[in-house]
Amino acid sequence: MTAEHAEVRPGAYADSVTLMQVSRSVAALPGVGAVLVAMATELNLGLLDGMGLPVPSGASANDLIVAVRAEDETSLAAALSAVDDALSARRGATGGGAGGAVADQPPRTVGLAARDTGPALVLVSVPGQHAFTEAIDALESGCDVMIFSDNVSVEQEIALKEAADERGLLVMGPDCGTAVVGGVGLGFSHSLAPGPVGVVAASGTGAQQVLCLLDAAGVGVSAALGVGGRDLSADVGGRSTRAALRALDADPTTDLIIVISKPPADAVAAEIRRFADTLGTPVEFALIGGDRPDLTAATEHALRRLGVAVPRWPSWPGRAGEPRAGWLRGLFAGGTLCDEAMTIAALRFGAVYSNIPLQPDWLIDPRDRVDAHLMIDFGDDELTRGRPHPMIDQTLRLERFAAEAADERTAVLLLDVVLGHGAHLNPAAEIAAAIRDAPAELPVVVSVIGARADPQDISGQARILHDAGAHVFTSNAEAARFACDLVVATE
Amino acid sequence: MTDLLRRDLTLITAGADLFAAAAESQATSVTRVDWAPPMPGTEADLAAVAGDRRRAAANAEAVRRVQACRAMLVDVLPAGEALGLEATQLLHAGPPIDWARASGPLRGAVMGAAVFEGVVDDPERASDLVVDGTLTLDPCHHHAAVGPMAGVVSRSMWMFVLEDPQTGRRAYCSLNEGLGKVLRYGAYSPEVIERLRWMSGTLGPVLQAAVRSHGPVDITAILAQMVQMGDEAHNRNRAGTLMLLRDLLPAMVTSGFSATDVSAAAAFIGGNDHFFLNLAMPACKLALDSARNIAGSTMVVAMARNGTDFGIQVSGTADLWFTGPAQVPEGLYLGSYGPEDANPDIGDSAITETIGLGGFAMAAAPAIVKFVGGTVADALANTRRMYEITLAEHAVFAVPVLDFRGTPLGIDVTKVVRTGILPQINTGMAGRVAGTGQVGAGLVTPPAEIFPAALHALAGRI
Repeated sequence: MTAEHAEVRPGAYADSVTLMQVSRSVAALPGVGAVLVAMATELNLGLLDGMGLPVPSGASANDLIVAVRAEDETSLAAALSAVDDALSARRGATGGGAGGAVADQPPRTVGLAARDTGPALVLVSVPGQHAFTEAIDALESGCDVMIFSDNVSVEQEIALKEAADERGLLVMGPDCGTAVVGGVGLGFSHSLAPGPVGVVAASGTGAQQVLCLLDAAGVGVSAALGVGGRDLSADVGGRSTRAALRALDADPTTDLIIVISKPPADAVAAEIRRFADTLGTPVEFALIGGDRPDLTAATEHALRRLGVAVPRWPSWPGRAGEPRAGWLRGLFAGGTLCDEAMTIAALRFGAVYSNIPLQPDWLIDPRDRVDAHLMIDFGDDELTRGRPHPMIDQTLRLERFAAEAADERTAVLLLDVVLGHGAHLNPAAEIAAAIRDAPAELPVVVSVIGARADPQDISGQARILHDAGAHVFTSNAEAARFACDLVVATE
Repeated sequence: MTDLLRRDLTLITAGADLFAAAAESQATSVTRVDWAPPMPGTEADLAAVAGDRRRAAANAEAVRRVQACRAMLVDVLPAGEALGLEATQLLHAGPPIDWARASGPLRGAVMGAAVFEGVVDDPERASDLVVDGTLTLDPCHHHAAVGPMAGVVSRSMWMFVLEDPQTGRRAYCSLNEGLGKVLRYGAYSPEVIERLRWMSGTLGPVLQAAVRSHGPVDITAILAQMVQMGDEAHNRNRAGTLMLLRDLLPAMVTSGFSATDVSAAAAFIGGNDHFFLNLAMPACKLALDSARNIAGSTMVVAMARNGTDFGIQVSGTADLWFTGPAQVPEGLYLGSYGPEDANPDIGDSAITETIGLGGFAMAAAPAIVKFVGGTVADALANTRRMYEITLAEHAVFAVPVLDFRGTPLGIDVTKVVRTGILPQINTGMAGRVAGTGQVGAGLVTPPAEIFPAALHALAGRI
């Protein structure tokens, strides 16, 4: 006899990552069938329905739903009490627990927090539609701001960067996935040694690739300032890139600056190069697209400029079989890694269809299957609305992996795995399981982006993937070329 | 250029706790914002108003003007003289209201005022005269005035006249009648009318002579001192009342009125701990009116209730009222009265909270913590919470127990909507039935929906 429970807790709030962890930990209890602890968004109500759990009526997106199905009443009661424990542990973490003194409530707005701290860096990772309001509050409080949130409009981005310029502050983002400031990694970040290279990145995973390759070469970082993937677009005009370059140029520990970007607007890229020429610190560019050097090549160039020997980038390729007829399918968590792979593949094969295409006429809906070369960025705004980033939750990507693996027109599958703080603690195990379920003859190529001291243990992750039959690289560009070599282009 | 790379990293996080924890694991101290989504459906308006380039400067100007205002008591006059009211013109508290929707206490006060002015003999007749238009009702706030509870003002009632010497602007408020069965709580029995006649015949003239002889009394200065003496200027005005009496008593004695009249006036003022409320309120009104009509400002300049509706006005939306149903306060009841006897929230006295006194300054008034849950810690938490929804901290009104931190100043519509924290108002409670009088005192908040409505109007004016 199963027991079910569904309730609405009006006005209770926790971020989606925390709630997912709560749901997961409670679902792992004995006798518990299905658990959803989530905000009552349309997406989550849909999930609830899909799980066959009762959908409570009258819940708004600001209400928390707790729904559990268990084998019996005892398991149900244990599950509900575990939910409460997990939620109150989280409140304790933020200092908002009922046990604390009422007079010591944590601040509810960035502005009030900044009244106590003075000038600070504010890391905003609230849902995108709320990010602009928090970021403006940060700037008006005299704080620099890193906006991890995506789904921020370009108009809002420009308004924020103009407001920052007026106040002599820096806006990192929106959609700024990674940064290193004062030796501390923020967002999705890696365990890196201090060193002479400063990074300005209009790309999260692009910066992660460069930083991890530098780490592999034994070179540390002074700071890495993300500026948002659109900063070098014509609309935004490189506002934050210039501000970040100025800050790094004035930093005595920075000997060389690397500017990394998703495919930029040509005019803006040219303008930034001219601006870089006026600085006292040498600037190296890694701008994805066309026949410009890829991230690995740009990193190698920077190493030579620093007088550091370029190592062989660690890789664990298996025995490459004969090239296969069919299509190259890339399933990425990192947008810039996807861009880089598409650039390499497009030079080889022509059109590569994508939800973030290199050319407008290669655009497809990421849910559509196509009879062509295809690469999907699962970290794109549209696929992260209302759900965690694929570096944290690979569900969507693994579902697509299974579908593409079952398609006989798929010649090779290309993936990235991004490690570091904030990322999934064992992503390789999930992908390895998917590879084992796929046809044995299907080649799977994986780039693993991580630093040597990252919590996941990069060589351990590489081994798990290699043992499952994948060809594993630490250079995304090398992985992409290896994958392309395994494809006989189909007409 | 940013100093980000030139100072030690200080990190504030808003959003996923994961990132705060990750930074802490790298030995960085993190200030976590306990962020929660704003009131439902407000994202677009919030973003629009947040992006209004006039807003920051407009709010800074609003705060500056409020603090620059000095409220001086310069005269005491009958309302007919001060505001030019006719015998058939009555003012009331709160936003505008139709008679059909008027609450018991407001009706009771209108009936009493009509008797007091000699417009009717039978209080029950007043209703017909309002319905047929002989008697007109208009909010105090539309006449640079404020009135506690029902706030009914008629021509023959005397009013304090407060003036800001820098600008010459004025604000007005009637004289406080004391507690219990009084007009402002909707009572209109003969003893109520009798007291009003004495106030007009003796108290008003004595005070007028005293103020004119003494010269302007600095009400803003008394407010600043009383907040350090345990008053929050809404539900506790004891120190303020005594300071006023201290200032005016010598001039009352030499006013030429009989010793009996002066003695009665002094006893009346000294015996009514709330006498100063009717000076605190117009002082707040005068300061807040100076911040009206600043394009782009999201600061609330008035909160007022008429016993049916709770209304706010906002600097950036001119004279618009945003209204919703007034709530029944939670609190303590007199004698055998209980919640079923209480009328919904009424009065212009929330002007004290609008400037950051009253419920906002609860931490300054530990003697009345019974209203806020009973402990001093609750009072401290109450005031601390109000910093979340205000623009600044008052430069002159300081709370001793918070290390003389300024009181929370300038309610920001955007912050109320972002945090869902509603202004906390200390208030008296009137009986639901006309003629009852006061039944208790307690705490109340505005209806939440008026803040998104105000925000929407602000967004529409960008």
